[in-house]
Amino acid sequence: MSESRFLPNFESIAPFSRLSDSGILDSGESPMSDEAVLEALRYMMLTRVFDDKATSMQRQGRFGTFSSVRGQEASVVGAATALDPVKDWIVPQYREFPALIRHGYPIENFALYFMGNPKGGTIPPNVNMLPMQISLAAQIPQATGLAWGLKMQGGDGVAITFFGDGASSEGDFHESLNLAGIVKAPVIFFLQNNGWAISTPRENQTAARSFAERAIGYGVEGVIVDGNDLLAVHEVTARAVAKARAGNGPTLIESVTYRTGAHNTADDPSRYVDQQELEKWQQKDPVERVKNYLRSRGIWNENLELELLDSCAAQIDAAMEIARNTPLATSEALFDHVYAEPPQRMLDQKHDWAIRNGGDR
Amino acid sequence: MIEAIRECLGQEMEADNRVVVIGEDVGVLGGVFRATDGLQARFGKDRVVDMPLAEGVIVGSGIGLAMSGLRPVIELQFLGFGHQAFHQIGQQVARLRYRSQGRHALPLVIRSPFGGGVRTPELHSDAFEAFYTHTPGLKVVAPATAYDAKGLLAAAMESDDPVLYLEPLKGYRLTKDEVPDERYTVPLGKLRIARAGADVTLIAWSAAVNVAERAAEELSEQGISVEVLDLRSLNPLDIDGISESVSKTGRVAILSSKSASTVWKHQSSASLLLILLIR
Ligand SMILES: Cc1ncc(C[n+]2csc(CCOP(=O)(O)OP(=O)(O)O)c2C)c(N)n1
Ligand SMILES: [Mg+2]
Repeated sequence: MSESRFLPNFESIAPFSRLSDSGILDSGESPMSDEAVLEALRYMMLTRVFDDKATSMQRQGRFGTFSSVRGQEASVVGAATALDPVKDWIVPQYREFPALIRHGYPIENFALYFMGNPKGGTIPPNVNMLPMQISLAAQIPQATGLAWGLKMQGGDGVAITFFGDGASSEGDFHESLNLAGIVKAPVIFFLQNNGWAISTPRENQTAARSFAERAIGYGVEGVIVDGNDLLAVHEVTARAVAKARAGNGPTLIESVTYRTGAHNTADDPSRYVDQQELEKWQQKDPVERVKNYLRSRGIWNENLELELLDSCAAQIDAAMEIARNTPLATSEALFDHVYAEPPQRMLDQKHDWAIRNGGDR
Repeated sequence: MIEAIRECLGQEMEADNRVVVIGEDVGVLGGVFRATDGLQARFGKDRVVDMPLAEGVIVGSGIGLAMSGLRPVIELQFLGFGHQAFHQIGQQVARLRYRSQGRHALPLVIRSPFGGGVRTPELHSDAFEAFYTHTPGLKVVAPATAYDAKGLLAAAMESDDPVLYLEPLKGYRLTKDEVPDERYTVPLGKLRIARAGADVTLIAWSAAVNVAERAAEELSEQGISVEVLDLRSLNPLDIDGISESVSKTGRVAILSSKSASTVWKHQSSASLLLILLIR
């Protein structure tokens, strides 16, 4: 007679890491060239400049509600730099600014989106991404189908989808991992565990010790990585991408990081964030860690930092200038791009609006 | 009618290898109503896929398949279980074109049987078409005849807009009419005059069209001449066709196989009145 027993009680696993908190690489070889690290650092710094700019624009009433990447720069950039923009796809949530920009989405479109202009949603024809997703986790099945479709058509592109610890409680996450496992879709599920879903702590999302171990139940590989370690995130994602490209199916990556800013510009984290915990994570700042690493390689100095900051600021200013000079959307634009062949009633409605708004442009 | 649907799927898959069929039990079994019978044997397991039982990811992954360059036809086994995928249909399928400002077209068709009359358990007979007519970006068609079932499905599959294609459970086997062998399309958004009349316009769609025709027959014995309109398409709505009939008869009634208080009926009669008044 066989014995009924519970499955083994897994020990919780320490996240995979390469850099120490002070930016010292372990004894192994670096997964990124110095050039690649410099390029990645630039995206991380660009994100900080943009986040500051966007937050101040929001305070002036020129931007709508905005979520910054603060604290998660290594997590997003480490993953993005493992992709080939020519054939790989990004299926975002909303907190992945540098990944989208690296993939070719114009900064001015990103800005226009937050200025409420539908034109902001425009994705240039050669840029392989879906629009940002506000309906949490709804993008995950789409990424799964997209990756599966690429594979069905004999391509070797992969899709990566970003989402949060909160979003991973939605049914869409679970249904997608399940399907991806079955059809071996070349998809990377990149879960950013930043500790919070607005004010709800990670403990309220799951009783599992890690988000990564949920993958086991779907026959999918799960890995857990230090999300504030650029090199580690890049390495783990590059491995998942190579595996997917080779036809060996999906991976769930849990990137353990921390949202050191507010959820968005409408949020007041002082109501729920523990100050000591926040300070602990601020000590692990992902940008400083990369700078320290480059210092240890002898290729970082004050001048380079100032130069890079200047060039980031100039790039953001130029994009903001374009956004500012883009004409406001007319109310008729609400009716554009709803259908390939719009029903007559909608064309009539568009016409009515135009007349009622007295030639509103 | 079910044969017409099956024939159409086969012909379209033959003509375009980007067409894939996904859904619950659509493979070996050929669907619980046999709409996809024989397709997997003809086109293979990669093009006719038995999906895990989860409507959200069936529709959601269909969106991704469409974006990858394929033209998926998704079978929802019963519309009563469409709500498990409602967020993917209403806010994703219908809106991704707009959200991406035209970059992502979604040439996908969601087929689903709906409505009662064949002794199914609860939830298997729900007629939820109204919900789906309230989402701009989606087209909703509901054929009443076998001829239209084939032609509207072909048109839906040809369209670059996402289409919810609703099949009357009751009509699957009962509805029998002549269907040409060759491929043809019936345009989306054009109604059909099921029976010409002079005194009153009776508007119906899907399985209710047959009921309307029988009512018209009975009323003709009392000397009332009823014009029966088969809407075919709930969105786009053929306002011109309706208005032409109503201006002729001067009276209008709407018949549907839903509860009397449904939004679609009221909303459509209200907007009809409005449209007819301002003309
Ligand atoms: C389906 C859905 N439910 C609720 C919300 C409201 N909401 C927006 S962000 C958010 C928290 C998301 O947390 P997480 O997924 O961890 O992402 P993070 O913001 O931490 O990056 C909530 C509840 C939403 N946008 N979508
Ligand atoms: Mg979170």
